[in-house]
Amino acid sequence: MHGRVQSPGKKVASRPNRWNRLPVWPIYVAGFIPAVWSFHLGATGGLGADPVKEFEHLLGLWTLRFLILTLLITPIRDITGASLLKYRRALGLLAFYYGAMHFSACMILDQALNMTMIIKDIVKRPFITIGMAALILMVPLAVTSNNLSIRKLGPKWNRLHRLIYVIAAGGALHFIMSVKAWPAEPVIYAGIIVTLIAWRGIRKPFLRWKRGPRSRVAAVSR
Amino acid sequence: MRSPIIPRIPYSEVTPKHLYLNRREIMAGLGAAALSGVAGTSADATPLKAAKGPFGTNEIVTPKKDATTYNNFYEFGTDKSAPSANSGKFKPLPWTLRVDGLVHKPRDFDVGELISKTPLEERIYRMRCVEAWSMVIPWIGFPLATLLKQVEPLGSAKYVAFTSVYRPDEMPGQRGLFQVLEWPYVEGLRLDEAMHPLTILAVGLYGETLPNANGAPIRLVVPWKYGFKGIKSITRISFVEKQPPTTWNLMAPNEYGFYANVNPEVDHPRWSQATERRIGEDGFFSSGRRKTLPFNGYGEQVASLYAGMDLRKFY
Repeated sequence: MHGRVQSPGKKVASRPNRWNRLPVWPIYVAGFIPAVWSFHLGATGGLGADPVKEFEHLLGLWTLRFLILTLLITPIRDITGASLLKYRRALGLLAFYYGAMHFSACMILDQALNMTMIIKDIVKRPFITIGMAALILMVPLAVTSNNLSIRKLGPKWNRLHRLIYVIAAGGALHFIMSVKAWPAEPVIYAGIIVTLIAWRGIRKPFLRWKRGPRSRVAAVSR
Repeated sequence: MRSPIIPRIPYSEVTPKHLYLNRREIMAGLGAAALSGVAGTSADATPLKAAKGPFGTNEIVTPKKDATTYNNFYEFGTDKSAPSANSGKFKPLPWTLRVDGLVHKPRDFDVGELISKTPLEERIYRMRCVEAWSMVIPWIGFPLATLLKQVEPLGSAKYVAFTSVYRPDEMPGQRGLFQVLEWPYVEGLRLDEAMHPLTILAVGLYGETLPNANGAPIRLVVPWKYGFKGIKSITRISFVEKQPPTTWNLMAPNEYGFYANVNPEVDHPRWSQATERRIGEDGFFSSGRRKTLPFNGYGEQVASLYAGMDLRKFY
C-alpha cells in the first residue's frame, strides 16, 4: 500500500512522524477481538441473563467507540502535533463493521428474521429509525474509503466524509433514546461525541492561537 | 460458565428447602437473621415456610441466579447487575411499615414480626418488565388485602399510595449530583386493584427471604402490570382519595402511565410491547421471543376491573 494517505486539499503540518511507524493491520486484528470474544461469551453462556440483548449492546457500544476514535484523530493532531491519520481509515471501517454486526444481531438473534417486525420497528420507532439511518449513511463512506476514491473525488471526498458528524450524533442519540430515563453511560458517550464535533468549530481559532502572536497578527492583517 | 447443552431443571422439580429443614431450624435462622440485622443479601438469606398459593403456572421457573442478579432497582444503580452488586450495605431489618391515611386504625407494622406471624403463600407469577423481557418467579408473601383490611379503610379511600425508602448511605444510586429519578420511589394502585387477590406483598422468593437486590424486606407484586409498579422496600402505605403520583409517570408521563397494565396492543412510544424475551430460557441462538399476553396472561382474573375503560388512554 502507498505510504501516507492524506485528505486532499489540506496541508498537514505535522512533525516528522514517529507515531506513524506501526503498520495498520494490527488495528483490524485488535479491532475484531471484542466482537469475537463477545460472540464466544454469548455462545457459551457467559453474557448473563439476557445474552442476546447484551451482545447487541456490546456491538453497539463498540460502534460508538470506533466512531469516537475516528473523530479523535484530528484533535490529537491539533493539540499534540502527532498525526495518526494513517490509522483513521481502519478505525472508521471498524465502526462501520460493528454497526453492521449490531444490526445483524438485532435482526437475526433478537428478531429471528421476522421481517414484518423488523420493518415495523424501523419505520415506527424513532430510535431505531435514527440508528438505521446512521448505519445507512456509513455505507457511502465505507465504499469510498479506498485511495482510488480519494483521488477521484478530490475535494468532494472531504465534503462527503463530513457525514461522519451526522452519523456519530445519530449514534449517540440512538443510544440515549433506547434506554429509560437518563442513565450516565449514554449521556457520557453523547457528551464525548458532542465535544468532538464542537472541536471542529473551534479548531481554527485554536490553531491560530497555538501558532503564536505573530501568526495571529498575520491572520488579522490579512 | 454454564453450558447451553445441559437442560435446566425446572424449579418445580427441586425439593424446596422448607421440606427438608424443620421448623425449629427455620425459627432459629429467622432469629439469627433478625439479631444480625443484615439479613436479606443472598449470602444470608433465611428459608421461609410457605403453603402453595393459587394462580400458579406450569411454565419453567426462571433460574434463581437470573432473578436475583438481573433486575432494575435504580436506588442501587441503573445497570441490571447493580442491585445485586451494590446492595451489600443495605439493612432490611429491623423495618417499620407504616399504614395510614384514610383509615380507622393507622398502624406501624414491624416487618420482621409480619414475616414470622403471617401465613405465607408461594405464588409463582410471570413478571413482565416494561423493557420487553420477562421471568417466572416463585414469590413468597401474602395478599396485600390481608394487611389493608387490618387498618379498616374509610369509605372515602379510593387509591393506595406506596412509598419506598430513601437511604443514600446504603443505596449508591441515590447519591451523587446527577439523579436519574426522584427519591423516594413512589407508586400507587386503585383500591380495587390493591384489594385484588392477585396483588401480594412479597417477603421472599425461591423459598427464602428477599435479597436486598429484589426489594427486601417487603415489596409489592402486581403480576398483570409492568414490573416497575412493583415498588420495593416499602416504608409506607397510605389510603388516599385522589390518584397518587407515581415515579416513572412523573419522569416521562407520555411513556409510563399510572395503570401500566401489560398490553401488547399499546406500545411504549420507543419500543414494541407485542413480544418479550423470557430470561434464562430463550438462549443465544434460539431467540424465542414470545407473544406478550394482555394483562400478562391474567386477563381472566383482572380484565373486569377495567371494563369500559379506554386502555389506550389509560395506559
